[in-house]
Formats: sequence, C-alpha cells, structure tokens
Amino acid sequence: MLPVVAVVPVVAAVVDVNLTQEENNMSSKNFEVKAYPEMWAELDMDVPRFDKARQMLGEVYGKMYLSQVNRPEKMAYFDNMVSEIFGGRIKEMLEVKKTGKPIVGTFCVYIPEEIVVAAGGVCVGLCGGSAGSIPDAEKILPRNICPMVKSAYGFKAGRICPYFQTVDFVYGETTCDAKKKTWEILDRLVPTYVMEIPQMKKARDRALWIEEVKDFKAKVEEVCNKEVSSFDLAGAIKVINNKRKALQRLTALRAASPAPISGKDALLIEQIAFYDEPVRFAEKVNALCDELEERVVAGEGVIGVEAPRIMVSGTPMALPNWKIHNLLETAGAVVVNEESCIGTRYFKDLIDEQQTEMDRQLDALTDRYMQIDCSCFTPNDERVEQVLKEYRSSKAQGILHYSLQFCHTYNIEEIKIREMCEKEGIPYLSIETDYSPEDVGQLQTRIEAFLEQIRG
Amino acid sequence: MHIGIDLGSRTIKVAAFRDGVLVDQQLVESGFDPYGQAMALIGKYDSGRIVATGYGRHLAAEHFAHEVITEIKAHALGARHFYPECRTIVDIGGQDSKVISLGENGRVVNFQMNDKCAAGTGRFLEIMAASLGFRLDEFGAAALESSAEVGINSMCTVFAESEVISMKNRGLPVKDIAMGVHLSVVNRLVGMLNRMGYGEQVIFSGGVARNPCIVRLLEDRLEKATVLTPSEPDLVGAMGAALYAAEN
Repeated sequence: MLPVVAVVPVVAAVVDVNLTQEENNMSSKNFEVKAYPEMWAELDMDVPRFDKARQMLGEVYGKMYLSQVNRPEKMAYFDNMVSEIFGGRIKEMLEVKKTGKPIVGTFCVYIPEEIVVAAGGVCVGLCGGSAGSIPDAEKILPRNICPMVKSAYGFKAGRICPYFQTVDFVYGETTCDAKKKTWEILDRLVPTYVMEIPQMKKARDRALWIEEVKDFKAKVEEVCNKEVSSFDLAGAIKVINNKRKALQRLTALRAASPAPISGKDALLIEQIAFYDEPVRFAEKVNALCDELEERVVAGEGVIGVEAPRIMVSGTPMALPNWKIHNLLETAGAVVVNEESCIGTRYFKDLIDEQQTEMDRQLDALTDRYMQIDCSCFTPNDERVEQVLKEYRSSKAQGILHYSLQFCHTYNIEEIKIREMCEKEGIPYLSIETDYSPEDVGQLQTRIEAFLEQIRG
Repeated sequence: MHIGIDLGSRTIKVAAFRDGVLVDQQLVESGFDPYGQAMALIGKYDSGRIVATGYGRHLAAEHFAHEVITEIKAHALGARHFYPECRTIVDIGGQDSKVISLGENGRVVNFQMNDKCAAGTGRFLEIMAASLGFRLDEFGAAALESSAEVGINSMCTVFAESEVISMKNRGLPVKDIAMGVHLSVVNRLVGMLNRMGYGEQVIFSGGVARNPCIVRLLEDRLEKATVLTPSEPDLVGAMGAALYAAEN
C-alpha cells in the first residue's frame, strides 16, 4: 500500500526513457514508476522520501498487477499511466497551469468537475489511499478517524504527493465530520474551500446545493480570470459524460462469464479516472472495451467460469488501495463490480446534454449530482435498491461490503445492505478495515470462508 | 490414511483417520517455528492425503499439504461429525473467536469473526490470567469460585489489562476480577450469537472450550440452547480437515 517509510538517502533514479511501453510491461521485474526528481524538487516535495515511495509503489504494482495472467493487451496504457503517475501526468498538468487555467484538487464525486473542465482546467482526485502518510497526519490529527482523511492530510503535510503540490486549491466538502473539520486544518497548508453538501434530498436541499455550485464556479473563474460560458460548459458536460459512458461500458462488459477483465484491473482504471486527462482516458477505456467485446464473443476470460463472482460495495478505494480486490482475487474469486464512489456511484448518472443556457445547464447538472446515493444522506434507501440492481446486472454471486474504519455513515448503512441480502438470499460478507496490513491474515480467512460458502 | 492438520496461532493439531476411524491425534505449541513443528508431526505418517487448515494453512500447502480449507469449514465438518444435527458452532481459538451457522445440510450459511484485535479470544484470557497470577488451566475454576458480577468494560486487551490492574489496586478479590474477565468474553460471544441467531444445540470448539467458567456462563446465558462441548474441543478443526481429506 505505497508505504512511504522513513527518510532514506537520495537514490539515484535510473530511468530508461528508451523503454517502450510493451517492453516496460513485459514483466514485473522491469516495471517501475518513473522518477522526476528535478520536477519534484521544483514542486517543493520531500524528494528522497518520495523517491523511496515511488520505488515501493513500482514493486507492489509489479507483484500485484503484472503477475496476473490473461490480461487484456490494452491494459498497457493503464500500466503506463501508473508508471507516469508521479511524472508524465504531473508535467501535463503543469503545462495547463502555465496557461493560467485552474488545477483543482478534490476528494469527492460531489465536486462538479464539468465546471473545471469548462474553464480549460484540470480536476484531480488527490492522494489518500496509503498507510505510508498516516504517521505524518497523526502528528496533529486524532488517531481514531477515517484512514482516508488521515492519509490525505499526511500526503500534504509530508509533501509526498505531487498532485497536492500542483493544485491551485483544494475543494473539499461536508460528506463526513472527519473531512469537514480536517479541511480547516488542511487550509493552513494549501488553500482549501468547502462545498456544503446537503444531508437530505428535499427541494430546499437542492436549492442550497445549486448555490454551492455557483460559488464553486465563481472560485474556478477567479483563478483563470475568465467567465465560463454556456458553450464551454456544454462541451465539458459532453467530455465528462463520455468518460462516464466509457466506464459504464466497461462495467457492462464485466457481467460476461467468464469475466473478460480482472477486478483489480477494472478498479485500477476507475482509480485512474480521477487523475487522467478525460478525453484521452475515455478513448483508451473504449479501446480496451473493444478488446473485451472480442473476448466476450470468443468466450475468453481472465479466469474460468467456476471462479466465484463478487461485487464489492461500500466506501471508496483511493489508489493504491487494492487490499480487498487483491485478497479476493488471490483467493480465486473475480470482482465484477464496485458499488462505491470509486466505482459506479461516480459514473452511473449522466448530465442532460440538451440544455444551452447557463441556468438550465446548472439545473441539469444539479439534477444529476443530486442522484448520487452517498451514505451521508438520510434517508438513503435508493442505495440499497441500487446495490441490488447492480448485483443482478453484474451477475455477481455474492456481495462483500467494504467499510473503512470509523466511517460511521457506511458502517451503519451496512445494516440495511445486510438485511436486503438476507431477504434476497444473497451471500454476504461485511468487512471493516483500514490501510494497515496487520489484519490481512484474518481477512484472508474470512474471504476464503466466504468463497467456500458460495462454492458450496 | 487421511490427515488433517490445524496450524493455529497458539497450537498445532493433527488428526489422522483410517477407514473413517480416528487412529491418531497430536497437539503441540506452535512455537516460533510452526513449519518445523508441523513437519515433525506429519513425519510420523508414512503416507496419506493431507488437508491443512488454520492460520498457517497456506504455509502447509506450500510444503506438504494437498489442499487447504478455512477453519470455518473445518469446524463445520468436525462438529457435524460428532453432532450430525447441529446448526451453530462457537469456536474460540488463540487469536480468533467465531460463530458459525450451518444449514440443515451442514453447509456454512453464515459466520462472524472478531475484528483484528484479540478481544474475546484465548489470547485475551491468557493475558488476563497472567495479570491476575493464574495458570491458564486454573483460571476458569478460580473464577467459578466467585459469585460477584464485576464488569470489565473494555474489550481491548490492552485497556482491559489496565482496568484489571486498577481493580487489583482497589483491593477487589482476584477471583471476582477473574469472573469479570470471563463474563466480558461471554457477553461478547452472546452478542454475536444473538445477532446471528442460534439453534437448539450450540457446539463449543477450540481450546477455550476447556475453560469450565466460559462453558458454565455460556450455558446460563443461552436459555434456549444446550451447549455441547466435544471431549477434545481443540481437535475439532483438525478432525474436520481430516474428514474433508477422506471425502474429497
């Protein structure tokens, strides 16, 4: 899990720029996350420490990802996106920033990235998926709060996330108590604004939220010193709709048996969706889907039809949090769906593209965002229905509910998901965990027993 | 020969069946070299199909076991062998506590396991016994001498130990504190059983089933069920694994 450990001496970074993508992906041995120490120094990062983290990410990725068999060829692009996660993509963002366009960091699918894209900027999901940055956070934050919030704060405090170092500002939100109070502390390190997310879905909540969207738009416009036009917004809505459609297509293809792609690979693509350039990303996902369609027609899969098909539902998994997927697939299952903010909750809904006037466009945008069934809402019964719907459409054989430690809203909503599974006779396992590896043995036992239960 | 080996966090157990009859059983401490220990136990048999379970099952599979099954499945198979009608199993081992629900056909339909801490496990009792100056095998009997209802609120082993120390320093009798420790384990277990529901027979397996106080308290609190403890509760997992070897 990207353990950013102790400060180590500067490691000379050997980057073979002549390595082609194919060669790069041939085996886990020659995979590496590329180093850009000069650029990192310019970004005021803790270069020696970060370089160690980069090497470890490369090693973990090589072991967990490149050792998989029957991977689709078109995964090469996404392997390369991991290889360039701390370099190539940052360079692209810095190019955009040079032109005066906004670079906005976020932590939630509730921040309307369409507005940032309309301003010609980049909206990026920030680092928060690793245990390595948590000690930095625990120097100031309480220990018993969500690991994702701690990890995110620690990445900024330790200067070990190039994305954090690149953004003009962070736009946080109020989806949980840990986040909304951490933003006040984070603001000391990087300008942090907060969008108020309503907790219910009444007309007055919608009215509040649309005002918040307008504030967000004003803040984005302030950076680029230019008003976002309805033409720009229409274009951005199409771009992000296309990205979401590509991810919907990928999800639909995973319903095939045998599964044409591993859950780990699909999760990785969903994670990359939060930092890649959206037009290129959609193209590459569609190209992969073309390959997967061929596989489905030919009846080819990454694993045999006998592998138990598992849907994962619950809290998000920020890169490089691959813990649960890795445990499941190492135990012989295949993950076929992620009902979470990293998965379908991010892309299941689209914005109406027919509107041409700003107020109507923002209305359409609000309609789309108010459909997000985050557990921060009460009541949120539409999520229970959505889980069942996705269970059926993904042709899963069991549901694993994943909740981060101290995530009260998902942990409590889990009761309703469990009751629904009992009523429908769906094999079900609930797991609450954090980013640390210390419970892997027990999780492995529970996951293997769950798979034994499904296999009968 | 069909051999089941259960590599637990505290002990390693082996059960060997020939033609459906238990012909041998062994139990040793896991120690610092569970692989070496396991090899010594297995070396006793000339040939046979070996199925491993327990925390070290994958280690066994790397070296000598033909197949692995989880402790949950192993305890289900082992308990059903002795009690063919049972629907509920409670297993408390060194590091885990589990409640397993079986369908009519004996298949696992649901299970619950403690989270990553040692709360409510054999290890918890071991640490508390040491803190109160008892040997583990006398801890339960000592607690049974008390009729007090001392509450240990913390289920975290570390915090519970501080709580126990402060009780000692308030001058509470050790047998009463010992009873409190046992009660806290059983209350947690009963909570798990109530959440999952349980059948008329509750089979109690794992090393902690040797503790008479836990058994008594569990019987008292489960009014609707009979608590049944096999004569060798630690061996249920290993026997389940051996029975699996015989079936498959």
